[in-house]
Amino acid sequence: MSDGIGARVERKEDKRFITGKGKYTDDIRMDNQAYAAFVRCPVAHAKINGIDSSAAMAMEGVIAVHTGPEMKADEIGDIITGWSITSKDGSPMQCGVWNPMVTTYGRYVGDAVAVVVAETQDIARAAAEVVELDYEELPAVAAADVALTDGAPQVHENVPGNLIFNWEIGDEAKTEAAMAGAHHVTELDITNNRLAPNPMEPRSAVATYDEAEDHYTLYTTSQNPHVARLVLSAFYNVAPEHKLRVIAPDVGGGFGSKIYIYPEELTCLWASMKTGRSVKWTSDRSEAFMTDAHGRDHVTKAKMGFDADGNIVAFHVDTIANIGAYVSLFATATPTYLYGTLWSGTYAMPAIYGTVRAVHTNTVPVDAYRGAGRPEATYMIERMMETASREMGIHPAELRRRNFVKEFPYQTEVILQYDSGDYFKMLDEGEKAADVAGFAARKADSAARGKLRGLGYSTFVEACGIAPSAAVGSLGAAVGLWESCEVRVNPVGTVEVLTGSHSHGQGHETTFAQLVSDRFGIPIDNVQIVHGDTDKVQMGMGTYGSRSGPVGMSAVVKALDKVEEKAKKIAAHTLEASEDDIVIENGEVKVAGTDKKMGWHEVGLAAYIAHNLPEGMEPGLKETAFYDPLNFSFPSGALICEVEVDPDTGVTDIVKFTAVDDFGTIINPNIVEGQVHGGVTQGIGQAMLEQVVYDETGQLITGSYMDYCMPRADDVPSFTLDHTCTPSPLNPLGVKGCGEAGAIGAPPAVINAITDAIGSNDLQMPATPLAVWTALQANKTAMAAE
Amino acid sequence: MYDAKYHKPSSVADAVAALSGAEEGKVLSGGQTLIPTMKQHLAAPSDLVDVRGIDGMSGVTAADGTVTIGAATTHADVASNADVLAHLPGLACLAGGIGDPAVRAMGTIGGSVANNDPAADYPAAVLGLGATVVTDKREIAADDFFQGMFTTALDEGEIITAIRFPVAKKAGYAKLPNPASRYAIAGVFVADTGAGVRVAVTGAGEDGVHRNAALEAALGGDFSADAVEGVAANEDGMMADIHASAAYRAHVVNVLAKRAVQAS
Amino acid sequence: MTNVSMTVNGKSVSCDVSETTLLSEFLREDLRLTGTHVGCDTSQCGACVVHVDGKAIKSCTALAVSLNGSDLTTVEGVGSASNLHPMQAAFKKHHGLQCGFCTPGMIMAGIDMVERYHAAGQELTAEAIRHELEGNICRCTGYHNIVKAIEEAAGTMAGQKQAAE
Repeated sequence: MSDGIGARVERKEDKRFITGKGKYTDDIRMDNQAYAAFVRCPVAHAKINGIDSSAAMAMEGVIAVHTGPEMKADEIGDIITGWSITSKDGSPMQCGVWNPMVTTYGRYVGDAVAVVVAETQDIARAAAEVVELDYEELPAVAAADVALTDGAPQVHENVPGNLIFNWEIGDEAKTEAAMAGAHHVTELDITNNRLAPNPMEPRSAVATYDEAEDHYTLYTTSQNPHVARLVLSAFYNVAPEHKLRVIAPDVGGGFGSKIYIYPEELTCLWASMKTGRSVKWTSDRSEAFMTDAHGRDHVTKAKMGFDADGNIVAFHVDTIANIGAYVSLFATATPTYLYGTLWSGTYAMPAIYGTVRAVHTNTVPVDAYRGAGRPEATYMIERMMETASREMGIHPAELRRRNFVKEFPYQTEVILQYDSGDYFKMLDEGEKAADVAGFAARKADSAARGKLRGLGYSTFVEACGIAPSAAVGSLGAAVGLWESCEVRVNPVGTVEVLTGSHSHGQGHETTFAQLVSDRFGIPIDNVQIVHGDTDKVQMGMGTYGSRSGPVGMSAVVKALDKVEEKAKKIAAHTLEASEDDIVIENGEVKVAGTDKKMGWHEVGLAAYIAHNLPEGMEPGLKETAFYDPLNFSFPSGALICEVEVDPDTGVTDIVKFTAVDDFGTIINPNIVEGQVHGGVTQGIGQAMLEQVVYDETGQLITGSYMDYCMPRADDVPSFTLDHTCTPSPLNPLGVKGCGEAGAIGAPPAVINAITDAIGSNDLQMPATPLAVWTALQANKTAMAAE
Repeated sequence: MYDAKYHKPSSVADAVAALSGAEEGKVLSGGQTLIPTMKQHLAAPSDLVDVRGIDGMSGVTAADGTVTIGAATTHADVASNADVLAHLPGLACLAGGIGDPAVRAMGTIGGSVANNDPAADYPAAVLGLGATVVTDKREIAADDFFQGMFTTALDEGEIITAIRFPVAKKAGYAKLPNPASRYAIAGVFVADTGAGVRVAVTGAGEDGVHRNAALEAALGGDFSADAVEGVAANEDGMMADIHASAAYRAHVVNVLAKRAVQAS
Repeated sequence: MTNVSMTVNGKSVSCDVSETTLLSEFLREDLRLTGTHVGCDTSQCGACVVHVDGKAIKSCTALAVSLNGSDLTTVEGVGSASNLHPMQAAFKKHHGLQCGFCTPGMIMAGIDMVERYHAAGQELTAEAIRHELEGNICRCTGYHNIVKAIEEAAGTMAGQKQAAE
């Protein structure tokens, strides 16, 4: 079937988007709608002594002003974290309380203090500006390493020294011993810059309370509406789950930032009950910079020991992770179980040990952003490898090959067991596609034009489809990480797939339909994917961590298995054949080796007419499956970046970027390639352009696109992509996940290329023209001194 | 946005009257800076006087060694104007590099010059070419017009009607854009006017657009990229922010001066 | 409040709006043409690009009242699901969109650049497309397929123009 697995099918969802008919949350307008605007803490740390809303309330069109203490009085719960981490001394993590609106202390610039509800957005915003805060400014700290120093300002009284936890992984004694015996030790100080996720659609919520039904409806920009409902209900105490409907309609990108259930969405729900109005809030970009969870923000000291042949003997990591003012939903899992467990990279490392200290600061909470922990791990490992190769005089590709994991499954020293892979093949293919052989000539050509050319490598393995539920539970997760699916065959043979995954750009409406098409031989136009509405779809866990492929689609397959089994029973009964002889292909259900057959739609009809079903069979053709994965899946890749640096200005051009990935089975190559393009571009953004900057008082310097640099079309090249394939043996389709790969693999490839070009390893992200030029000057000075 | 009253006069006199009658009036030309500023509640004018409906405020005329550009002429129109391309290609190139295509379709030269953003491109050309700023009541030499960041010689209620550029023997512009905003981290306009060399620097200085005496002296003797080689980078008065240090800006100004000469 | 009349997607419209109503607000809230999106507040993302009297502008950075009497085209006006504009068709064919939020602005900017280059007799190369997209930010696609889509649509549109002439 041409619409099946592996087909380059054009997306079903595109028509509405290209004609301007998409339905995003801010496009929704309810009758009786009012608008919310938030009063926010203007400084990084303050004690709020009083809130005077009289001037705001006096403005025409202002409906209400509500504050944190009122929310508390209504027993609205605090914002939760979903993963408990235990420190290496066995003590539980310590974290500050996050009131959805401030009750006493504001702890970052942008912390919500009060909400204004008014007839128009303009009035709400103008009124928010005249709500007067009586506050006392307190000392603040923005940088995590500074927050750990003696005498640093305390972000929360109950978190001494701002230390949330000090976690460890690996074998300390073994690693110390191996390091002591190493022939060569490479050391680097590495900063992983703080990023703002920046989906192009800002967050938005429209909340409606129906007093007669005592029922709430929330339209919101969510990657996981069921989880939102669960949290809003069970933890935030807005309403019991059966009295709360959460709908995430078309969502304009997420990248992690729309996983979390933020104060604003919660407040809209509560305010809709308080005011009796539908309450809409739509963030603008400036507000997004100071309220959407940020990503990354690590400082690390890393040491890697090698034997005389260049084999890694030990790896030691010491990381400080900035968690921000409050501990967001997955904030603690990201720098631990999604980071430390990947420290072996693509290499067989016999000894690994490290610690992660998670720290409160007076900044926006940090949480999972595209890649979440794995980009931080990969950047560190791959910079270490490139630096070591330069120090030891071994070609960077050769050093990697000497250390690659060679046999699968491979048990690392840091919990994870890799399922499958062929790292040699992907690097071989990558070097060919990047024309590494021709690099020397290109470098000479650049030199003739006064430019510096560099080549950088990165190989990565990551863990997708976070799982299984019991395992993550034992590591501290508060939820299970399975996925659900219901497949409904209609009486006319068309199919509806209700999935707990959520598409916000990933193209599920097409790829999930391809699975059905592949199974039953019906066109994808006869398949409808339903998602994003808790009233329509059974409980599901949503989309993040590249889980819709390995977990979400596995649930679809499992439900399809059940449907197929029942369809075959019906057909066998109707056609008077053995169930084992029934085959389904090209939209027909046949008895193998005979001309007996019936149309797929006839099976559907038979199931619902129910005049002639096997004895004891229930009518209907609809099955539900919950899929709990056996393990993570482990996509891998080799990325090679080639840059040209203008030494006069430090301006760097990426002249070629090659990525060869192993995602296992690919359902739709167009969509997978698109994920790599986007991921790599975000990785290039991190490497060269993007950084959230706070000043030492905790004021946000990069509060808009005037200062926070988003990758533009002329910042990136057209990409050279290829794939290798070792299917995952652990899920039915053999898929591994592709959503985060580019963002994970790209940053070290870029920085390794630039450091190669400028002849200095002393460079941190983002490699802006200023940073590159400064590194070049330092290098010149150092060389002159020698 | 806060409320404001909108006026669309059809003559300069009506525009001046509208401004003078307003509590806090602002000229709206392209609006590409003013409107974002108002959206963020950083400006709250009581009245907006849109000058785009005034006859003769838009368009380019060339005569007697000068190119005169109406204040409400858009960047896109300057960039593609045949007279500008023929007589002052460096200016056309500068206009074609402001903002992005949609901004160039709306933003105007008068708006940019009146605002005198320290990182805007046009002030470098106006100062570098020694242009004359024509207003409703007088003519102001570029050297007198720019008076530091966001500050000009314009009186309250005074409206720029045109900018008159003398045609130079040679002129060129080079800029290093801020990767985020695409404004200039530094931009250098060089001109061999026939009566001397002028070098104007935007984006880099703490006081906004300014002339660079050292570069003018070096290029005055020899209008070539090589002549810039011996000029020491001068950090005095250079701006420092997260995108560029003062040392980097000083260095880049010299690099851009070379490139501007090469482009001229 | 003041009255604003325009032609939008070929239809005459007339509304009373506040004098500081942005064109993007006028389109989205007054006309309920929600295909035009707003993704930033500093005029950089370009999700709001529409055509006014044949020129692409950022509707978030223009007052509706200042465009009284103009002829406007939004993404809803360039083609329909059953009769796609070549630019829309090319975005679909080349997977030039993922979440779709920036797409209306990309399509309107794409059509504008093709028409401008055609009028000027210049070739719209891939490099030129990247440069012309300076005012349009996409967070999903990495631009690779957007550039491919605009390149192809430029060819199709040129062919259509030629056929029409």
